[in-house]
Amino acid sequence: MTGIVLEARGLTKRFGDRTVLSEASLSVREGETVVIIGPSGSGKTTLLRCLNWLEMPDGGEVLLRGERIGRDAGGRALAEAVLAAQRARIGFVFQRFNLFSHLTALDNVAIGPQRVQGLSASQARERAVTQLARVHLADHVGKRPNQLSGGQQQRVAIARALAMQPELILFDEPTSALDPELVTEVVDVMAELAAAGMTMVAVTHEMRFARGAADRVVFIDEGVVVEAGPPQQIFDQPLQERTRRFLSHLHL
Amino acid sequence: MMFDWALVGKAVPLLAAGLLTTAKICSLAMLLGVALGGLLGLASLSRIAPVRWAVRGYVDFIRGTPLLIQIFLVYFALPVIGLNLPEFWAGVLALGLNAAGFIAEIVRAGVGAVERGQAEAARAIGMRHRQILWYILLPQSLRTVVPPATNELITLVKGSALLSVISVYELTRAGQAIIAVHFAPFEIFLLIALYYYLTISVLAWFSRWLERRLPVW
Repeated sequence: MTGIVLEARGLTKRFGDRTVLSEASLSVREGETVVIIGPSGSGKTTLLRCLNWLEMPDGGEVLLRGERIGRDAGGRALAEAVLAAQRARIGFVFQRFNLFSHLTALDNVAIGPQRVQGLSASQARERAVTQLARVHLADHVGKRPNQLSGGQQQRVAIARALAMQPELILFDEPTSALDPELVTEVVDVMAELAAAGMTMVAVTHEMRFARGAADRVVFIDEGVVVEAGPPQQIFDQPLQERTRRFLSHLHL
Repeated sequence: MMFDWALVGKAVPLLAAGLLTTAKICSLAMLLGVALGGLLGLASLSRIAPVRWAVRGYVDFIRGTPLLIQIFLVYFALPVIGLNLPEFWAGVLALGLNAAGFIAEIVRAGVGAVERGQAEAARAIGMRHRQILWYILLPQSLRTVVPPATNELITLVKGSALLSVISVYELTRAGQAIIAVHFAPFEIFLLIALYYYLTISVLAWFSRWLERRLPVW
């Protein structure tokens, strides 16, 4: 089992009497980019949010390098500090960026290393500057979120995740809230990260990204993992009828 | 009845002495109220249920009983358990404890009003509950908290008039003493009202100044 960074087994999640995720499993290997696709309301986002326990699954388990996240083997909730430390190892990029509104881009990125990882203020700032440069925002470090475009905000959010030096990063529809002309700058950064060997799981509608950067594409429908495989297979020769139907709606 | 201007002239400095005590008591009570209220407000968002219940009980008691009774309780009931406070400090304590209850509620509501994604993002980078409150939610709640908290502090200043009943020589009590000698309630109460009005105006002005200085995002 070496090389597996994150593994989800049989994740089930219900909201009221609606089952949004049903026995979903997924494993992510070191350096791999996994793209999750599926119709809206299919459970993609819920699956992703279960992976770092932002959403608590009703059944199943998530293992980060073999270590149970959120709950122990007996099903008891882990101590807050333990769960927090696990989350710190998993980056998460939100659809609506969720930058800290009261902090500059620099402080948004530096606060994690400083407060969670215990770096000194100057070390944390140094790391933040490096990561902001990596997402091509070196000139905007002093700006507040409301002074940045959506694309810039999302790139700050990616830098914030990167600054924690995570073992993998989860992206939840990172371009869905962006104006069309701003999508490219975010997708480009994600593609650069994928090419640099970052382990990533992305829920996205950007099929060009899926085709170009994904090692594996997972198709989800009605809370069930329908089919998974390399992008060529999923896009060109899908095995399942549901996958074919979904892709035909996309006018690729 | 003639308006007694000569008496007003005499009363102005006498009332000023009372106003000074009012100002001292209120300032100290505000410090206590804001510090304790802020603390209780954060405690009301604790992950530990009994801590939340304790704060809830405290807030309910403060909201559910008259300030006058709370003043009597501090002044007359505390000596029963061996705590004998001079009137001045009993006044500070009663007003401060009262304001703390209301400010706790204001802080709780203000923090709760911060957009949910903020706490979620903080959780995702591994922050703990307490850090999220302190570094993310509390700073962002300031703008919503300042105006209602100012209202509470204004209420505190007005409530300080009740301390005359435990013979704290504050503004109202000082006025009553003058009235007892000269029997000119209209002139004196009008003057007292003016003193309170000016004091509260200063407070309201300070609050608006503070609000303007808080960043917008």
